[in-house]
Amino acid sequence: MSKVLGYRRPYFDTQPAHLYPGYRSTIKRAPSKPLIHLPHTISEVTGPLFGPADIGPNDHDLTAQHEGAPIGERIVVSGRVLDENSKPVANALIEMWQANSAGRYRHDIDDHDAPLDPNFTGVGRVLTGADGAYRFITIKPAAYPWRNHYNAWRPAHLHFSLFGLGLVQRLVTQMYFPGDPLLPYDPMYNSIPNEKARERLISHFDWERTIPDIALAYRFDMVLRGREDTPMETTRS
Amino acid sequence: MSLLTTPSQTVGPYLRIGFLPLLIDAIAPAGVPGERIIIRGRMSDGDGKPVNDGVLEIWQADAQGKYAHPEDGQKTIAANPFRGFGRVLTDGGGAFRFTTIKPGPVAGPDGKQQAPHLVVTVFMRGMLRHLITRMYFPGEALNETDPVLQRVPVDRRATLVATAGSEKSIVEWNVVSQGPAETVFFDF
Repeated sequence: MSKVLGYRRPYFDTQPAHLYPGYRSTIKRAPSKPLIHLPHTISEVTGPLFGPADIGPNDHDLTAQHEGAPIGERIVVSGRVLDENSKPVANALIEMWQANSAGRYRHDIDDHDAPLDPNFTGVGRVLTGADGAYRFITIKPAAYPWRNHYNAWRPAHLHFSLFGLGLVQRLVTQMYFPGDPLLPYDPMYNSIPNEKARERLISHFDWERTIPDIALAYRFDMVLRGREDTPMETTRS
Repeated sequence: MSLLTTPSQTVGPYLRIGFLPLLIDAIAPAGVPGERIIIRGRMSDGDGKPVNDGVLEIWQADAQGKYAHPEDGQKTIAANPFRGFGRVLTDGGGAFRFTTIKPGPVAGPDGKQQAPHLVVTVFMRGMLRHLITRMYFPGEALNETDPVLQRVPVDRRATLVATAGSEKSIVEWNVVSQGPAETVFFDF
């Protein structure tokens, strides 16, 4: 086996710390011992690959998965998946899940006093095209309360899970909406030290992709790690 | 030119609805060559409480030590019945279970072979970013020289090696997110 071309390590302060007491559940779940530096071997630069066979016909359209139309504001959420070197990530599997327009998840532990919508599951998935582009049609989710602290509310958000080309590109994140007044109060959003990186999580209103008479649109590009410039057989610690 | 990477955010408490459509607890379909094994264990937190909302994602090579990926020289991914990927959720007691075939040794840094291992990605509510660990197999001679295990302090290595179960085909391996028996997690 020849040398492996690794991926770049995260730029400092662009990722949340494992322990962030503002998000209470991290206190008993974050590792307490130092993480061990892992060189990127063939096991880490490879990863599961997906194709069209993994996607169903209505997986991208969360408004078309039931007999009737879900209640709420229809929106288009689209963007591109790129790596740090601006290279499109093709055939990336994106899984997405969310609350409904009343702020309730179709999940048996969600006991928020808000109605479920029989016409909305809140789960979708797509595969990116050759240019890294993806597109979902869905319903704008609502904010909802959680029990992290007194009067805690999550800003409206979509959960995204991405598989790139290599295991170390794996990403699970959340997309927020521009101008949401709850963002300054949200420990999840504020767990990211670098302000510019944090703002990556806020989608942009996207007039050009609105569908007249049907839906407004938001743009959300996601950036996965890029490759190192030169192969490294041994890595620095 | 360099774009800022998108920050990680937690999977949250409702991860089940998002991750369930791609649940794979039998990693090797019937007919895939290799030694069949069952892996079972529990996920727990810093208080020893079961993690009932955790996810494990498994990535592994085939019995010949090859990953189903073009970077490992595998050109015909579509025709390969073995993707080498699994995903399981923990149950109410923090337990998980999956079946697969034992991978072969794979190439490692410095021309050394890596002992057979599964790369395991861990997600749960309360983790703002996911963790990566590895599961090695009990009684494997290559474990002694594995270049990744060598980087781990001797007294913590056991957390990465499964223990033999009641039957030959069963191994047991737990994931402890925090505390004295904390599983080794990697900075990747």
